[in-house]
This record gives sequence, structure tokens and C-alpha cells, in this order.
Amino acid sequence: MMAHLPLLPILVPLLAAALALVFEHRRFGMAPQRIVAWSSMAMLLVVAWLLAREAGSGRIAVYLLGDWPARLGIALMVDRLSALMLVVAALLGSACLLHACAGWDRRAPHFHAFFQFQMMGLNGAFLTGDVFNLFVFFEVLLIASYGLMLSGGRGERLRAGLHYVAFNIAASTLFLVALGLLYGQLGTLNMAELAVRVAGVPAQDRALVQATGGLLLVVFCAKAALLPMYLWLPDTYTHAPAAVAALFSVMTKVGLYAVLRVGTLVFGLGGPLSGFAWPALLVLGGITLALAALGVLAARRLRSLAAYLMLGSAATLFLAFALDSAGTIGGGLYYLAHSSFAGAAMFLLADLVRRRRGAASDRKDLVAALPDARVPGALYLVAAISLAGLPPLSGFIGKLAILEQVPAGPHTFWVWLLVLGSSFMMLVGLARAGTRLFWRQEPWPDASEAQRAQYVPAAQVPPAPSRPLETAATVLLLGYGLAMVLAAAPLLAYTRATGTQLLAPEAYVEQVRATAPRSRTP
Amino acid sequence: MELAMASAIGILTAAGVYLLLRARSFDVILGLTLLSYATNLLIFSSGRVVFGRPPVLRDGIPADLAHHTDPLPQALVLTAIVIAFAMTAVIIVLAIRSRADNHNDHVDGSLAEAEFQRREQLRHAQAREAAHAAELVAGNEAAAATGTPPARDGESRA
Repeated sequence: MMAHLPLLPILVPLLAAALALVFEHRRFGMAPQRIVAWSSMAMLLVVAWLLAREAGSGRIAVYLLGDWPARLGIALMVDRLSALMLVVAALLGSACLLHACAGWDRRAPHFHAFFQFQMMGLNGAFLTGDVFNLFVFFEVLLIASYGLMLSGGRGERLRAGLHYVAFNIAASTLFLVALGLLYGQLGTLNMAELAVRVAGVPAQDRALVQATGGLLLVVFCAKAALLPMYLWLPDTYTHAPAAVAALFSVMTKVGLYAVLRVGTLVFGLGGPLSGFAWPALLVLGGITLALAALGVLAARRLRSLAAYLMLGSAATLFLAFALDSAGTIGGGLYYLAHSSFAGAAMFLLADLVRRRRGAASDRKDLVAALPDARVPGALYLVAAISLAGLPPLSGFIGKLAILEQVPAGPHTFWVWLLVLGSSFMMLVGLARAGTRLFWRQEPWPDASEAQRAQYVPAAQVPPAPSRPLETAATVLLLGYGLAMVLAAAPLLAYTRATGTQLLAPEAYVEQVRATAPRSRTP
Repeated sequence: MELAMASAIGILTAAGVYLLLRARSFDVILGLTLLSYATNLLIFSSGRVVFGRPPVLRDGIPADLAHHTDPLPQALVLTAIVIAFAMTAVIIVLAIRSRADNHNDHVDGSLAEAEFQRREQLRHAQAREAAHAAELVAGNEAAAATGTPPARDGESRA
């Protein structure tokens, strides 16, 4: 049973999704679907935890699907990075599911089926050991995300959804082009084999292989929202329903995971092409970070502010990974987990605020009464401190862990300047949004006529339905952050060990090649 | 054969990108479809273009690549075709729904559509005016030639 553990994170959500489709809520009510969803999520949490414990010992597990050797069949790989991403996805998924069970899952048809497919796609993308299946699982999670984003939506959300779908189909097409070229030149799509062949590529083919690798990275950067290709993110995340936007905070991380995996494994095994993309990614990440900070200052809605914060965290991670040292990658992975949780919490909070303000929604340029502001206010304080990177919460530890490990060189000054400067701008943006939403509940003396005209008094705000589960989901996400602070030492030890493991891909390649089928002799 | 394949991929890609950049969702969907055709051909040809050789093992034919075509790209392209097909279906439904909800199929929504309509109307009005002026000139010349008064606006257009 333990040997088949790596398959479960894909199999369990797949079966749960099928079951959720069978127990259609119009006939059976919500209860069976929710039971299916929660049992699947509980199993995912247990399996992810077991895999992380296994991988924490430094062992790299190879699971051969159908018992075919890795060069012929499909291999699943569990190393420290995959296990960490599995745990993050499962923890985030449970909080989002909790939020959705407060009522959104009744409004959006087939929510639970889409949600489980999404988990399957995420887990598969983290586990797979070859590039083509990375594409397939990307598609699985994207198709599920289209469903999650659009089901139950209308009007503007559909237009934003059309952009999102069209953009992602174009990116997937580019992915396929890169895969076709890669196979045409190197004759394999297994990442470990690719790494060996890239390291030994003859000089006359080098430019073509480099171009193909660059194409592959462009696709991943589009998913992870790097500079020229981030424009889809704020609009999509602003228009997605809260539980879904929170879950999407791990979607940019899938792109980052793919960049890290391809950058350290396929283009990390020595040879002239080793690490060719990092300098460009460093520069682009820096510019994206600056733009994201400006976006935080300029955002007019709390939801788009949260989307720009998400963009900023992705850009910080690009900086951390592109420095290509075990220390920054280790710190970056801690920051990755923190930013997924805290960013998701901000989206859920925006929803809490939006429903309490009536017609003013979450726009911060409108003055509106915010009845019952104490709970969201306190949660906002915690989330904002965490996201801006102030001590004592997890954002501070994450940024500190990255900054203290930046290798000395010409980049050091710029990386420090960008990370600290953008943190300050985000702090200002968050403070401004907080004062506007939570403190200015009636027009202040020097308000303009237009602002007075648009004032929404408390009498006009319809009473928000009390949904304690939604608040509980937000508290849970912020609680993850607190737990990360309390367990910072073991977590950082794990993520730093992950960084070291990633920068020594020889062991990974060795493990793939050494794993032989048990009963089959091809 | 290589030339035909390569130019087919190139032309499909060019047409796809052109359509993808247009402002109507129908054109965008068509562009995506053409791009996916180009990609399928590209993946297919990544196993090298060979004639008359089977992709699966048969009795009597030596089991090496000299006597077979590479079967893997064919499997990959099958996956890619299925996914592209499904995605086209999804995006068509989405575009129809978005058009019904937002009352236009401009990819940038109703504001861009209103701006587009305004410009179109302006352009039409200018063209009408230009045509009218040209007609008046032509009518005057004809009148000068035959000695009859120039036709009035409504009659000339009828």
C-alpha cells in the first residue's frame, strides 16, 4: 500500500469528482456531495502529510505507472519540493472548501466536481515526472478552473472569463509547440532524460534547444504572471468568486513550480545551457515586483488589491528562484507557502467586507457604513501585517529568509531595494485601504459633493447573512500563517533542504534511471 | 513534402495569430482553432516525416526506427487534438453566453463596443458626405453639359 501512495493524490480526487457528479444536488441535496468532498480532502491531507514525511528524509520516490520503465512509460516523482507543494495545495484546498460550503456550492452547479478535478490537476502537475503529462495536468486544472470561475456567474464575470480562457488556450498552444520541438530535437519528454540530453547537446543544436527551453519558460511565466504576461491576472482574480479566487492563489504557484523544476532539473545538470534563463527572469521579476507594488497603491477595490498582492508575491518568488542558490530557494519556498495562505485569506476577507457594505461593495473610493466591522477589521489587521511582511508574522520570516541568503554580488543591492521598497509600498496601500474601509464609515468634514452623494448609510445596507463558516475559513487560513511562525525552524530546515536537493539534480536523474519495473521485462 | 508541411504550419500559424488579435470573439475562437491545427501538424512532424511505414510492430518487419515511423508523436497529437477540440467547445459556449449577457461580442466589453460603434457611425457619415459631394459635383457637370438643373439629393440617391 505504501508503495502506491504517490498515486493517491491523483486517484482520490478523480473518484471523488465522479461521485460528486453522481450525487447530483438537485436530487440528493447538498449533504452527500459535501461528505464526498470532505472525505476526499481528508484523505488528501493524510496522504500529503505521509508523502512529505517520507520525502523529508531526502529519499526521492519514483512510481512507475503500469510498471513501465521511466523512459517508455509515465513516471510519478515525489521529492521534497513535490511533497511540499502537495501539502500546501491540500491545506489551502480545505480552507477554500470550508468557505464554499457556507453557501456558494449551492449556487454554482457542480461546484464540488470541479473542485475535485482542480485538486487532481494540481496534485498531478506537482507529481508528474515528464513534461507532456505536466501539460495534461495543466489542462485538467485549467479546465476545472474555467468551470469554477464561470459556474453561477453572469455579465462582467463572463467577459473576464472569456479573456482568461482565450489567454490560457493560447498559452497551452505555445506549450504544445515547445513540447513538439523538444521531442523533435531530443527524442524524449521525461524530465530526467531531458536533463541528461540537454547537458550533452552538440554545439550546432545548442541555439535551437535554448530557444525551445525559452519557449517552455515563457509558457510557465505566463501561468505564473511574469511581466509582459501578467495582465490577465488582476482582472480574472477580481471577478472570480471568493472561494475560487482563494484557490487560484495556488495556480500562479503551479507556474512557479514548473519554472523551478525545469530551471533546476532540465537546465540544471551542467553543460553550457545550464541556468541560461535565470538572469532574464531576475530582471523581469524585479520589474514585475515594482509594477505590482504600484498596482497595490492604485487599486480601487479590495479584491483587485488582493490580486496585485498576489502578483507581488509571485514576483518576489521569481527573484528568490532566479538567484539560483539553495538559501534563496529555501527561503522562497517558505514564502511561497505563506503567500498562498495569506493571499487567499485576503480574497476571503474582501468577500466578507463586500457583503457587509451593500451597494458600495468593496470599492474604497466610496464611503459606506460597515456594520459589524470588528471581526473583519481584526482579521484584516492580521492579514495585512502578514502580507506586508511586518514582524512577527510569517511574511516577515519569509522575506527575511530570502534576503539574508541573497548571495553577495552586483544583484544584492537591487534585490534588497526592490523587496524592501515594494514591501513599503504595499504597506502604504494596505494601510490606506484599511483606513478607508474600516474607519471612514461616514463622510468626513472635507468630503466633496460627489462623495457625499454616493455615501451609503447604514440604513441602506441590507443585513449581511451571517455565515460563520466563511469567517471560520478566513481564520483557518490566517491560523496556518500563525502555525508557520510557531514552526518556522523545522519548516525552514525542510525548505532549505529542498533548495539543496533541487540544486543537486544528479540524485534525481540517478533515481529515475535506477528504478526498474518490478514484474515487467520490456 | 517537408516544404509543404513547413509552409502549412507557417501559414496556419500566421492566420491564427492574425485572427487571435482581432476584436470579435468569433474571430478569436477561429484563430485559436487554426493555431491548434498548426500545433498538431508540428507535433506530428516532430517524429520526422516518413512515408509508408507503420507506427506499430508487425511480423516480418525488423523492430527498429528505420522500418517504422515514431509512434509517440502520434499518441501525443491524439491527446492534443482531443484537448483542443474540447477547449474550442468550451470557449464557444462561453462566447455565446457572454454575448447574450453583455449584448455584444467585442472582446473588451460594452465600452469598447460603444466606442467602436461611434467610430463606425462617424466613418459612415463621412463616407456618405463625401459620396454626396461627389454626386453633386457630377450632377453639376452633367447639368452643365445637358442644360438641365441638377437632381435633388433624394432623387439622386433613389
